Amino acid sequence: MVTLNCDALSVRDVNQTLRLLPSGASCLVTNPMGRHNLVVGLTEELDVTVAGNAGYFVGGLGGRGDGTGPTITVDGFVGWSVGENLMGGAIRVCGSASQSAGSSARGGMIMVEGSASLRAGISLKGATLAVAGDVGPMTGFMAQSGTILVGGNAGHGLGDSLYEAVIYVAGTISTLGADAIVEELVDDDVLAVKRLVEATGFDHIDPAQVTKVVSARGLYHFSAEHSGSY
Amino acid sequence: MCGVIGLLIKDRDLEAHLGRMLVSMIAALAERGPDSSGIAVYSEASEDDPSALRALPTLGISLGSDEAVEWDDVAEWASANFDRSVTQVLDSGARIDLPETMADALVASIDVTWPAVRVLGTGRVMTVVKDTGWPVDICRRHRIASWAGHMAIAHTRMATESAVTVLHSHPFVPGPDLCVVHNGSFSNHASVRRHLQAEGVRFETDNDSEVAARLLARRLAAGDELDEASRWVMKEMDGFFTLVVGTSTGMSVVRDAFACKPAVVAETGSYVAVASEYRALAELPDIGEARVFEPQPAEVYTWSR
Amino acid sequence: MTADDPQVGAFPMLDHPVPQPANASFPPSTIERIHDMAESGIYPIRGLGARRLVPNFDDLVFLTASVSRYPLEGYRERCETRTVLGGRHGAQPLELEIPITIAGMSFGALSAAAKFALGRAATSVGTSTTTGDGGMTAEERKASSLLVYQVLPSRYGFDPADLRQADAVEIVVGQGAKPGGGGMLLGQKVSDRVAHMRTLPPGIDQRSASRHPDWVGPDDLRIKIEELREATEWRVPIYVKVGATRVEYDVKLAVAAGADVVVVDGMQGGTAATQDVFIEHAGIPTLPAVRLASQALADIGKADEVQLIISGGIRSGADVAKALALGADAVSIGVAALMALGCNRSSYPTDDGHLVDATDDYRALGTLPGQCVHCHTGQCPVGITTQDPTLESRLVPDMGARRVANYLRAITMEVTALARACGKSDVHHLEPEDLAALTIEAAAMAQVPLAGTDWIPGFRSDP
Repeated sequence: MVTLNCDALSVRDVNQTLRLLPSGASCLVTNPMGRHNLVVGLTEELDVTVAGNAGYFVGGLGGRGDGTGPTITVDGFVGWSVGENLMGGAIRVCGSASQSAGSSARGGMIMVEGSASLRAGISLKGATLAVAGDVGPMTGFMAQSGTILVGGNAGHGLGDSLYEAVIYVAGTISTLGADAIVEELVDDDVLAVKRLVEATGFDHIDPAQVTKVVSARGLYHFSAEHSGSY
Repeated sequence: MCGVIGLLIKDRDLEAHLGRMLVSMIAALAERGPDSSGIAVYSEASEDDPSALRALPTLGISLGSDEAVEWDDVAEWASANFDRSVTQVLDSGARIDLPETMADALVASIDVTWPAVRVLGTGRVMTVVKDTGWPVDICRRHRIASWAGHMAIAHTRMATESAVTVLHSHPFVPGPDLCVVHNGSFSNHASVRRHLQAEGVRFETDNDSEVAARLLARRLAAGDELDEASRWVMKEMDGFFTLVVGTSTGMSVVRDAFACKPAVVAETGSYVAVASEYRALAELPDIGEARVFEPQPAEVYTWSR
Repeated sequence: MTADDPQVGAFPMLDHPVPQPANASFPPSTIERIHDMAESGIYPIRGLGARRLVPNFDDLVFLTASVSRYPLEGYRERCETRTVLGGRHGAQPLELEIPITIAGMSFGALSAAAKFALGRAATSVGTSTTTGDGGMTAEERKASSLLVYQVLPSRYGFDPADLRQADAVEIVVGQGAKPGGGGMLLGQKVSDRVAHMRTLPPGIDQRSASRHPDWVGPDDLRIKIEELREATEWRVPIYVKVGATRVEYDVKLAVAAGADVVVVDGMQGGTAATQDVFIEHAGIPTLPAVRLASQALADIGKADEVQLIISGGIRSGADVAKALALGADAVSIGVAALMALGCNRSSYPTDDGHLVDATDDYRALGTLPGQCVHCHTGQCPVGITTQDPTLESRLVPDMGARRVANYLRAITMEVTALARACGKSDVHHLEPEDLAALTIEAAAMAQVPLAGTDWIPGFRSDP
C-alpha cells in the first residue's frame, strides 16, 4: 500500500505518482483537506482511497473507453463535478457530493452514499450515477445516456431536456423538467435497479417501488409548439 | 472571480480565535481571488478597551488608501482636531473611534485634508480592512490572525480593471455595521443602479457589487429585517450570485435561482462558517463533526448572534 | 391620365409604374423572412458568418515603404513567418511555420473527408487544425500533425484518450457567430456515425448547452484548467476561446484563470448552423476585438507571455497582416478554409479531375453558387458540410487538401509581401503604426489614425 500525504506533496505530485503505479496496486491519499483535482486522469486499475474531504473534479477524466479504470473511494465528501467525464472504473463517495456530480460521465459508476447537490448527472453520456440520499434541482439536465438512481428525493426540474438516459427515484420528485415524463416500470427496469442496489449496497431502495423518469422525446425535433420549452 | 467568506461565532470562548480561523479561510480562497482582499471584523468593545467611550454612542471609521499614507500623522491630526477621538493605526489603514455626532464632520474633514485616504466603512462594532495584493500577505501585514471578535465577513478578489484599487474591493459598506461581499456576475446592475440613483442613492464606484449592497441597505433603512431585505435583493438582481451579508446582529447568505456560483456552509454548536469552497472550511475546529451543507438556490439563510 | 387629358401638358407620358423608392426598413429579404416565420413559427437558421457589412479590415491600409522606411526584397531577404504558441506554463508549445491556423469546426458539421483534407493541408504547410463540437476523429488525428482539441459546453464526443493525444487544448467559452449560444446540428446531419460519437439518437435535432456543465466563471475555470493540465501531465498548452463581446474583461480573466493562449473570435466568425439573429446581432466585429484583446494583454503586462489568436471573417493575407499589426500573434480561419476547399464553388471534381457542374444542386437548396449559406441542411453540393455519403464523395480529399494548402501558401505570401514592404524581416514585427484608417469607425475601432490626419477618434483616457 502506497501512502501519499497531501501535506507533503502537491496535487501534481500525487497524480504523477499515482500514474506510475501498476494495475492492481493500492494507494492511500491522506490529508486531502478539500484539494481540487485529486486522482484526475488515471487509467490503470488501481485501488485509491482518499482519506478525507476532497474538492472539485475528484477522479475526473479517469478510466478507459472499455469501461475499466481505477476504483476510488473518498472517505468524506467531495466538491463539484466528481467523476467528470469518467470513462470507466468506479468512484464511491462516502459523504455527500456538491454540484454536477458525474458531469458528462460516459462509463463506469459513480456512487454517493450521502446526497448530491444541483445538476447531478448533468450531460450524462452513458455512465451510472447512484445517489443513496437526495439529489438537488436540475438533476439529469440534458442527460443523454446512462442511468441515474436516486435513493432519496429529487429536487426541482428533474430530467430537464432529457435524451435517452433513465432516472429512477425512490423518494419524491419536486417537479419534472421540460420534456421529462414518468413511465411505468417494466420487468427490465426492476431487474436493472435490483442489480444496481446489489452493486452499490443501497438496500434501502426497493426496486419495485421506484419512479421511472424518461424523455417524452417531444423536443427531438425543433418545432414552434415547443418554443416555451427552449 | 472571487471568494466569499462569512464566519459567525456562537461560543464566546471562541471569539479570541476568530482571527486565526479567518486567516485559514482566506488563505484557502486566495487562488480564486489573488488580486486584493477585504475583511470586516465585528467585535463588541470590551470593558478594558480604552477606545470605549461608554457614555456616548460612538462610531468607528475604518480608513484605507491605495497610496502610501503616514497613518501616524493621520492619528496625530485626528486627536488634534477631534479631541474625543481615539485612533488605532493598522498596517495600511487606521480606525478612528469618536462620538457618533462628530462622525460626519470627521469624514468631511478627511476628504479635504487627506485626499488619498478612503473611508472603507463605518460601524459601532465593525472594523474594515481593504488592501491590494496577495490575500495571505494582506492578512500577515495586518496581523489579522490576532484579531478577536464575534463575526467576520471577508472577500478575495480576481480583478478585471487594470488598476486594482481599495475602493473597488469588497466588502461594500453601504451603512454603519453593514457589509456585503459578492461572488458572481449580475446582468441588470446598470439598470438597478440608475433606479437607485433616481431615488437619491449615491454610489462610490461603478462596481456591480456595490449596486446590490446599496439596494440591500435601502431595504434595511426602510424597515425590512435582514431576511426580508435579502430576499428583495435576490428578487431584484438578475444574474448569478452568492452574497454574504453582515450586520451588527447577524449574517445572511443569498444564492440566485441558477446557483452556479459555489457556496458551502459548515455549522457546529460553536460557529457558522460559509465559504465559496469547502477547502476554506477544512481547517476549522471540529469540522469533522460539523453539519456541512450547500445553500439551496433562491433561498436566504440568516443566523443571528 | 391620358394623352387627351388637357392637364397633362408637358408631363412625360409613362406606360409603366413610376419606380418607388426602395424600402430600406422592409426590403424584400426582410419581408420574406417575416412571411417564413409566420408560416413556420420558427426563426431562420443558417450557416457561415455575418453577411451584413460591418467595419472590417478593408477599412485599414498599410503605410508601406517610403523615403524614410525601406522595403525588403522579395524571396532573398527572408521574412520570417514562424510562430510559437502556448509556452507560458512550461508546456510543449506549438511551433507553426505560418501565423495562420485552422479554426475549430466539428466532424458532424463537416464531413469526415473535409476534416481529413483540412488536416492534410495544415500538415503540409506546417500549421495546426482544431477539432470541434463533436470530438476527435481518428482520420483527423492521423491527417493533422498538430491538432488542438476543443472542450465545449456540450462535451459531445469528449474523450480523455483523445485529450491525451492532442497537441493543445482549447476551452471554448463561446464563438464569434453566437457568443452565449450553444452548438447546433439538425437531424439530417446526425448520421449514425455522428450520433454514435455524440451519444445521441440518430436523426434528432441536437440541442446544446450554452454553459459548461462542470464549471461557471473565471474563478472556477482556473480549477478546470488545472484539471486538464493534470490529465495531460502539464505537457500541452491550454487555450481559452471567447466570442468577441466584453473583450477586455474576458481576456484579462482568461489570463488570470491560467490560459496560455487566448483566442478571440469576432462577430463575422462562421458556424455550420445557428439562429440568424445570433450571427448578425451578437458580438462585436473582429476589427475592434483584436485591438481590445491586444491592449488588454499589454495592460496586464502579459503580452510577451500569453499569445493572442484572432479569428472571425479572415479572408486574405491583408486581413492576416492587419490582425498581426494590431497585436495578434496568429489568426485562425474557418469559413475561408472551407471556401478554399470548395464551398460555394459552382462545380466539384471527379477523381480524375473532371469538373461537374453543381449549380442545379444549389438551386434545389434555394440558392446559387456564391450565395449559399445552407450548411445546416446537410445538402452541401460540394460535399463539405454534409453527412450524405453521395455528396461527401464529391469532395476528393487529396484534391481538397491541395487546394487548401495552395490557399494558405498564397495568403502567407500576401502577408510577407506586405510585411516586407513595411520593412519587416519578421511578420510579427508588424505594428499598429504601420496602418492608417479609411473611415472614422475603423480609426476608432482599431485605434489607428484616420488617413491624412493624426486623429484617433474615441480614444479612451485611463480610468
